[in-house]
Amino acid sequence: MGTVTIPIGPQHPALKEPAAFSITLVGERILKSDVRLGYNHRGIEKACEQRTYTQDLYLIERICGICSHAHTTTFITASEEVAGLKVPPRGLYIRTLISELERIHSHLLWLGVAGHEIGFDTLLMYSWRDREVVMDILAMLTGNRVNYGINTFGGVRRDFTAEQLAEVRKSMDVLEERTKYYIEVATSEPTLAKRLGGVGSLSHDDALRLGAVGPTARASNIQRDVRRDDTHLVYNELDFKVITDDHCDVFGRTVVRVLELMESYKLIRQIIDKMPDGPVSVKAPRRVPAGEAVARYEAPRGEDIHYVKGNGTDKPERVKVRAPTMANLAAVSKMLEDNNLADVPIVVAAIDPCFSCTDRGIQVSDLGRGRDETLAWGALRAHGIEWWRREAGVDFASLNRKLSQSLAAR
Amino acid sequence: MDPWSLFRSIFYILVFPGLLFLAVAGLAVEFADRRLYARFQNRQGPPWFQPLADFVKLVAKEDLFPDGADLWMFKTVPIVALTAATVSIFYIPIWGPHAAFQFDGDLVVVLYLLTLPTLCFFLGGWYSTSLYATMGAVRTLTQLFAYEVPLFIAILSPAVLAGTWSLSSMAVFYQAHPYHAFANLFLGLPVALVALLGKLEKVPFDIPDAETEIVGGVFTEYSGKLLAFFRMSIDIEAVVVSSLLAAVFLPWGMDLPVAAVLALYVVKVGFVVFMLALARSVFARLRIEQMVEFCWKWIAPAALLQLLVSIVLSGVL
Repeated sequence: MGTVTIPIGPQHPALKEPAAFSITLVGERILKSDVRLGYNHRGIEKACEQRTYTQDLYLIERICGICSHAHTTTFITASEEVAGLKVPPRGLYIRTLISELERIHSHLLWLGVAGHEIGFDTLLMYSWRDREVVMDILAMLTGNRVNYGINTFGGVRRDFTAEQLAEVRKSMDVLEERTKYYIEVATSEPTLAKRLGGVGSLSHDDALRLGAVGPTARASNIQRDVRRDDTHLVYNELDFKVITDDHCDVFGRTVVRVLELMESYKLIRQIIDKMPDGPVSVKAPRRVPAGEAVARYEAPRGEDIHYVKGNGTDKPERVKVRAPTMANLAAVSKMLEDNNLADVPIVVAAIDPCFSCTDRGIQVSDLGRGRDETLAWGALRAHGIEWWRREAGVDFASLNRKLSQSLAAR
Repeated sequence: MDPWSLFRSIFYILVFPGLLFLAVAGLAVEFADRRLYARFQNRQGPPWFQPLADFVKLVAKEDLFPDGADLWMFKTVPIVALTAATVSIFYIPIWGPHAAFQFDGDLVVVLYLLTLPTLCFFLGGWYSTSLYATMGAVRTLTQLFAYEVPLFIAILSPAVLAGTWSLSSMAVFYQAHPYHAFANLFLGLPVALVALLGKLEKVPFDIPDAETEIVGGVFTEYSGKLLAFFRMSIDIEAVVVSSLLAAVFLPWGMDLPVAAVLALYVVKVGFVVFMLALARSVFARLRIEQMVEFCWKWIAPAALLQLLVSIVLSGVL
C-alpha cells in the first residue's frame, strides 16, 4: 500500500498557533511524523537584555497568553534571588493565589480545546462558559483577564481586600460543582471514552526517557510536580495531592487535568484561610548585582524554567526561558506512532502545546546559496545594514550622519 | 398531454414540493438545526435569516479552482448533487397519501437518488486533487458502505410489511392499518436515524469533513457558488430524508384535511431534525474505523432484525 504525506500546518484548523507537522500515512495509519517549529520566534530573550528588570517583567508576561503569570513568577523569582530580595509572605500568598487561579482557567480552556479537537463542541461551549467564572475573578482581583500584571520586582502590585477573597471563595464552590460534572462526563461518556482511551500512548519509561513534564508526565504515572519537588512560593505550607494516573494515554491526561482542578480549588481555599497580614512588597533596588539564578515553577502545562544572569546594571546580562511545551514536544512523535490520522489533533492537543512560548531560536537556511550558518548578533546586524544598502539603496551610515548633523545644527 | 397536467407538473417541479419549497424548507431545517444545537450548548444561536444570508454571501463570492483539478467534473458535481436531492422529493407523500408522482418501486428510486449526493461529494473531493479533499473523498465512500445498507434495510422493512414498494401505496396501507406502523417504530426508526447521521455527515459521523483533521474534507477546495450549491444540496437532502423517514416510519394522519396533514408533516420533520441536533450535541466524533465497526456490529444486525420482524409480521397479520 502506498504512503502519503499530509501536512498539518503551518496553517491548519486543528492548530491554534503555527507549527508544521508532516504526517506520513499508510491509509489512515501514521507511519511517522515530523514536527517543525520556528514560525513564532519573537526574539524575546534578546529583547530582555536591552530592557530593565521591571520592563522585562511586562515583556515576559507576553510570552504566553494562557500562563502569563507562570512566566513572570519564574522570571521574578530568579531575578529576586540574584538581587537577594526577600518578598513578604502576603506577597507570596497572592502570587500563589493567582497562580492557582491561572491553572484553573488553563485547564478549563484545555478541556474545551480537547473537546473541539475530537468534534465534541458541546464540551467546548460548556467548559469555556464555566471558565468565564474564573476569568471574571481574575479580572476582579487584578484588573485584567489575561496578562494580570500582578507581579512586580520585590512583591506584587495589588493587595486584595477580605471582600474580594470572599468572592473568590464563593466562586470556587460554583466551579467545584461544575468540575464534578465534567469528571463524570469525561469518565463515562461513551464516544469520549472511545476517542480518548488508548490514543497517544506514552509509557512510563518513554515519558521518563523523553523528559515529559507536567500533566503529560503525570498521566504516565510519573510523580513529578515542581510544586512539591522544588518548593517555590508557599506550596510547602499548603496541603495538596500530586495527581497521577496510569492510563498513559490521552484519557489519562484528561483525568489528571480535571482532578488537578479539584486540587486547585482545595489549594485556593487554603490560601485564603492562611493568608497572613502585612505588606505585599518591598522596595526593590534599580541595579541588580552580578550573579545568576535558575527558577523552576509548575506552570499549568508543566515545569517552566527561567535562567537570569545579572551584571551589576539595571538590565540582565542573559535571560533564558524553557517553556514546558519544549520538554513535551519530544514525546509527541512517540505518541503519534501507530495512531490514526484522526488522532493527530487530540494527541498534539493533549500536551497542551504552546508553540509561540516555545520558540526560542530560529535557524534560517539560505537554500539559494547552499549556505547553512548561524549568525551572531553583530554579524546579523552588519548583514542587515549591508542588505538594505545593496538591495534597497538605503545607507544607514549616511542616514545616521545626517541625523547627527541636523541634531547638532539645532 | 393536456395543458392542465403540464402546468401541474411544472408547478410540482419548480414550486411545491420542488425547488422553491425545498430551498425554503432546507434553509428552515438548517436554521432549526443550528438553533437547537446552539441552545443545547448554552449559546444564543444564529438569527432566523442566517442560513439565507450565508447562502447569498457564498453565491456572491468568487469561485476559485485548484490547479490540476478536473474542471468539468469539479463544476458539474455540485449541480448533480442538488438535482438528485431535489428530484427524490416527488415520490414522497407529503400533503396526503399520494405523492406528486408514483409507481410501484419508487421507494428504490428514492433511495438510489439519495445516494447520488454522497457520490457527488466523493467525486467532487476526488477531482479537486487536493490531499485533504482526497482523504475526505475516501472517507466519504468508506462511510457510505457502512451506513447505506442498514439504512436501506431499515426503510425497506415497512415496505415489506405493507407489501408494496411504492411510497404512496405504503401511505394508503398504513392509513388502513395504523397500528401496523408501530412494528417499525422501535428498531427501524432508531437505525434509520443513526444512518441518517452518517448520510448527512453530522457528529458523531462527520468524519468526511472533520475540520480539525482534514480541514474541509471534500469541500476544502470549493468556494463561492459551487460551495453554495453543495451546502444547499445538503440542506435539501436533510429535508428529503427527514420527509422520507416521516412518511415511512410515522405514517399516521395522512388522510386528514390537507392543512392538518401539512401541520403534522412539519411536526414529524421537526422531530427528526430535533433528534439529529440532539445526537450532534451529546456525542464526540468517532474515528472512521470505529464508525464502520459500530455500523456493521450493531446497526446492520438491528436493521436485519427489523426486516425479520416485518417479514414474520406480514405473514401473521
